[in-house]
Amino acid sequence: MANIKTNDNQTTTNRGLNFSWLWSEYSVVIAFIIIFIVAAFMNDRFLYLQNQLNILMQVSTIGIIALGMTVVMLSGGIDLSVGSVLAMAGVFSVLALNASESIFVGVLTALAVGAMAGLLNGILVSKGRIASFIATLGMMAGARSIALYVSDGGSKSAEVDGFMNISNSSLGMVDTPIIVFLGLTILIYILMQKTRFGRYVYALGSNEKAALLSAIRVDRIKIGVYTLCGFLVGIAALIETSRLNSISSSSSGNLYELDAIAAVIIGGTRMTGGKGKVIGTLFGVLLLGVLNNMMNLLNISPHLQGLVKGLIIIVAVLFQKRD
Amino acid sequence: MPETYQIEMKNIQKSFGNIKSLRGVDLKLRPGEVLGLVGDNGAGKSTLMKTLSGVINPDEGEFHFEGKRVNIDSPKAAKNLNIETVFQDLSLCDTLDVASNMFLGREPIRFLGRLIDKKTLHTRAREELDKLGINISSTKLQVQNMSGGQRQAIAIARAMLFKPKVLVMDEPTAALGVKEVNMVLQLIKTVKEQGVSVVLITHRLQDLFEVCDRLMVLYEGKCIDDRPIDDFTLETLIKSIMGSPEGVKVS
Repeated sequence: MANIKTNDNQTTTNRGLNFSWLWSEYSVVIAFIIIFIVAAFMNDRFLYLQNQLNILMQVSTIGIIALGMTVVMLSGGIDLSVGSVLAMAGVFSVLALNASESIFVGVLTALAVGAMAGLLNGILVSKGRIASFIATLGMMAGARSIALYVSDGGSKSAEVDGFMNISNSSLGMVDTPIIVFLGLTILIYILMQKTRFGRYVYALGSNEKAALLSAIRVDRIKIGVYTLCGFLVGIAALIETSRLNSISSSSSGNLYELDAIAAVIIGGTRMTGGKGKVIGTLFGVLLLGVLNNMMNLLNISPHLQGLVKGLIIIVAVLFQKRD
Repeated sequence: MPETYQIEMKNIQKSFGNIKSLRGVDLKLRPGEVLGLVGDNGAGKSTLMKTLSGVINPDEGEFHFEGKRVNIDSPKAAKNLNIETVFQDLSLCDTLDVASNMFLGREPIRFLGRLIDKKTLHTRAREELDKLGINISSTKLQVQNMSGGQRQAIAIARAMLFKPKVLVMDEPTAALGVKEVNMVLQLIKTVKEQGVSVVLITHRLQDLFEVCDRLMVLYEGKCIDDRPIDDFTLETLIKSIMGSPEGVKVS
């Protein structure tokens, strides 16, 4: 009978007892805990429940976008258009809301515009065979331009009572956006870890040709991935717009794509796809949130905060480059 | 009554631009037979097998499966006929575990057909590995850290998982160590014992004499020699591959 030995080093190490394994799988969690403890020592107010909830509230928009970005990046792509699509979805949502005076229509519009933009990205990448970087770069410019044109370069304010309640309501002490973010995190986690769709996204990012030869409908999966990301951007747009009751066509969503990508990368997802976890992204988002909060509490000049954030991203990735 | 073949490919032609890769090749495969497909680089071996596995669609030609005319126009169509292929590059997903690779595209599902049934996935993967005598300690290991022989074994196990009637193997022993080559050849014999028809492409001519029942030689996109293995010696085989078979009437 045929006999082959498995690599011993892979099997004899007892999972859980081995630190290097723990580190490579959960480095972002460990980094988060370290930064959390440092922040707690630096400032007493950091641990206040209200402050913790503030952090969660602040990261919820980027967090929802980062979930979509995780799925796209696991498939081996990237979506640069999320910030612009957020502005576009927000603007159209407010226009539809004011015209129809129905919150339901406003909500539906934000979700539909986001999903449509994502669908178009997906079609360009899969059927059009355009590199995702280029296709979504085009969408980034286009969506921002449409948002600016439709609102004459200014802001759009909602004129319907109750629209603000979407983001400015809470369940007990917990604001709705936080619940939405955490709920979506669980959903996306299940989608990616437990379903065929999720498995195929990983396969696609790992070896697209192999996925194709396994009779997986690669094009459909790709379209699904970008549409899902766009849909999540639509939800984020809704939260962003509702929070201030208005959306700015020029500044809303600016550089969100970079924050989302940063969170995903810090969370341990590989740029080339196939490897990474939704939970990693959750902690990547939280880590950036805690960092921002800490710097504000410590009165670090806002001009310097970008530098600190940049350093953290580089250091995180340097430490992860262990496989 | 004419003999019923497991697979009969008739007059398969395929061009890539100006290059005629296949110039009307006929291939017959009996049930439970191991056919060695040989030829120099560019003779069209891999192209011919890719038409059989649905990856390449031929310009001309017919496929007959168990006597019935069939269309093989996609990898899915081939899989539906129980034709499985182990590709030269193995086509494994490095970041997925052993069981996930074996079931890729055909995961068992539960809960209203929504969730992957991981328990069944791993048990069935383990059963198949054991049946083929492949010793891999856990089906939850990622394949990226495995040796060439292990990866080859997983690719073969994946192909065997859904009880194929025809198994195509493209260079399964390329780039393997001596021990691993023996393991793969053993594996091919095990597969044959289970009644599967096998087409084996290889450059290692000594392997052919170990496992094959019959050899077919392609030369510049045509079949120029097709005889039982016992009619060949290493010498006459090499002559055939070079394009001048000795005293053969091609059937």
